[in-house]
Amino acid sequence: MPACSRSFDHRRSNCKSMARVSFTPTLQRHIACPPVDVAAATVREALDAAFAGNARARAYVLDDQSALRKHMVIFIDGKRVQDRVNLSDPVLENGEIFVLQALSGG
Amino acid sequence: MSDRIYVATRKGLFTLARQDGTWQISGTDFLADNVSMMLADPRDDTLYVALDHGHFGVKLHRKSGDGAWEECATPTFPEKPEGQEDDVDMWGRPIPWSTVRVWALEAGGPDQPGLLWCGTIPGGLFRSSDHGSSWELVRSLWDHPKRRQWVGGGADLPGIHSICIDPRDSKRVQIGVSCGGVWSSLDGGDTWDCSGEGMRAAYMPPEQQYDPNLQDPHRVVQCRESPDRLWVQHHNGIFRSDNCGARWEEITEAGPSVFGFAVAVHPSEPDTAWFVPAIKDEKRIPVSGEIVVTRTRDGGRSFETLRNGLPQKHAYDLVYRHALDIDTTGNRLSFGSTTGNLWVTEDQGDSWQCAAQHLPPIYGVRFA
Repeated sequence: MPACSRSFDHRRSNCKSMARVSFTPTLQRHIACPPVDVAAATVREALDAAFAGNARARAYVLDDQSALRKHMVIFIDGKRVQDRVNLSDPVLENGEIFVLQALSGG
Repeated sequence: MSDRIYVATRKGLFTLARQDGTWQISGTDFLADNVSMMLADPRDDTLYVALDHGHFGVKLHRKSGDGAWEECATPTFPEKPEGQEDDVDMWGRPIPWSTVRVWALEAGGPDQPGLLWCGTIPGGLFRSSDHGSSWELVRSLWDHPKRRQWVGGGADLPGIHSICIDPRDSKRVQIGVSCGGVWSSLDGGDTWDCSGEGMRAAYMPPEQQYDPNLQDPHRVVQCRESPDRLWVQHHNGIFRSDNCGARWEEITEAGPSVFGFAVAVHPSEPDTAWFVPAIKDEKRIPVSGEIVVTRTRDGGRSFETLRNGLPQKHAYDLVYRHALDIDTTGNRLSFGSTTGNLWVTEDQGDSWQCAAQHLPPIYGVRFA
C-alpha cells in the first residue's frame, strides 16, 4: 500500500479519497444533478465519476475541451480550485466539492 | 402565407399567431432563458432552439410537431490536437475550440432530409445529418489558413451568422462571417473559397479595404427564385451581387442611412429588398429617433423610406441582424428590436402594425 491514508487504486496506481460532489441548485432547473459520493484523487477524477452516470450534465459544467466553463467555479474543502483547465487539484479524504456558478457570469 | 411568427429573445421564445387580422402572442417557451437562435424546419415541421445559458454554456433543443421539447446534441468542437498552435484574437488570446454561441441555424435542401447547418461564435461551422442528434465540425473550413485571419465583429470573437443554401443545388452553400467576408462552397462543404470582389471595408487601411476576408457582412440573404442575387447589409454599407457573390456592387445611398444589421429579399423579385437603417457604428440608434424601413424595388438604384405605423418620435430601437424576416409570399415582413417591440406588415412595408411591446430584447424573428 502507498504511504497515504487513502484507498489505493491498483489500476491507476494512485491514491483515491472518498469525496462528495454537490452541484449548484440553479443547475437543477436544467438537469437533475443530485450530490454524489465518489472515489477520486483529483477534481478531474471526481467530476468524471460524478458524470459517469449523468453524461448530459457534464456539458453544463465543462466546455468542449473539458475545462471548467468560464463562469463556473469549483470549491474543494472551502478553497477555490486553481487548475481550471486540467482540474488537477487533489482530493483529500472526506473532501467536499461544490460546483457553483461564478458571480462573474451575472 | 405565414400565419405564425417565432421571436427569439434574451428571455425566451415567443410565438405569435395571426387571428382575425391581428397578431397576438400565442405561446411562450424557455421563458427567462437566452434564446440566441431558432429554426422552424419547413421540411419536417421540427423546431430547433439554441439557448445560451451563460454559466452552463450553449444548448440545443428541438420539438417535432406538437411533441415535447427535448435537448439534443450541441455543436461541440473536437478535442484540440496536442501541440497545435493556438489561433489568437486581436488581443493575442487563444481562440477557444469551444462553442460560445449558436449564431446561425439553417435547414439543408429539400433533398437533404434531416441535414442542418449551424454557424457559431468563435467561427466553427457544424453540420448535422440526423436532425441535430449529432454534429460534426466542418474541418475543411476550420482548418482553412484564411480562417485563422478572422477577427471579431461586434463580438470579441469571429462568428458565422448567415448560411444560404442554394435552391438550385443544395451542395452550394454560402456563409457570412463577422469578420471574415462571404465564403462559398460548391461541394457541400468539402472545399471553401472567399474570393468575391468589390466589397469594401472602410474600417481598414486603404490597401486592405477590398480584401474579401476582412469584410464585415452583418447579414447575407439570397433570393429564393433568383439565387444568383445576394444582398448584404455590411458594416459600412449595402452590397448587391448578381453572380452569387463573385462580384459585389456597393450601394452608397439608401434613405437615411446605409448602416444597419438586417436585410430581407423578396423571394421572387430579386430587385426588391428591405433594410432597417440606423446611424452608423459610433451611435447605432435610428436617425432622428424615427424608426423606418427602407425598401428598394430596383436593385438598389433608389429607395423608399417606409414609416407608416412605426414610431416617429424619440424611438431608439435597434434591429439586430436576424430580427427581420419575410414570409414565403413576399408580402408579410416582421422585425423586432432591442427594445422589445415587434412590428408586422402585410403589404410589403407600406403599413406596419405593432404586434408586441415590452418583450425582452429581440435577437431573431422567423415566419413559419
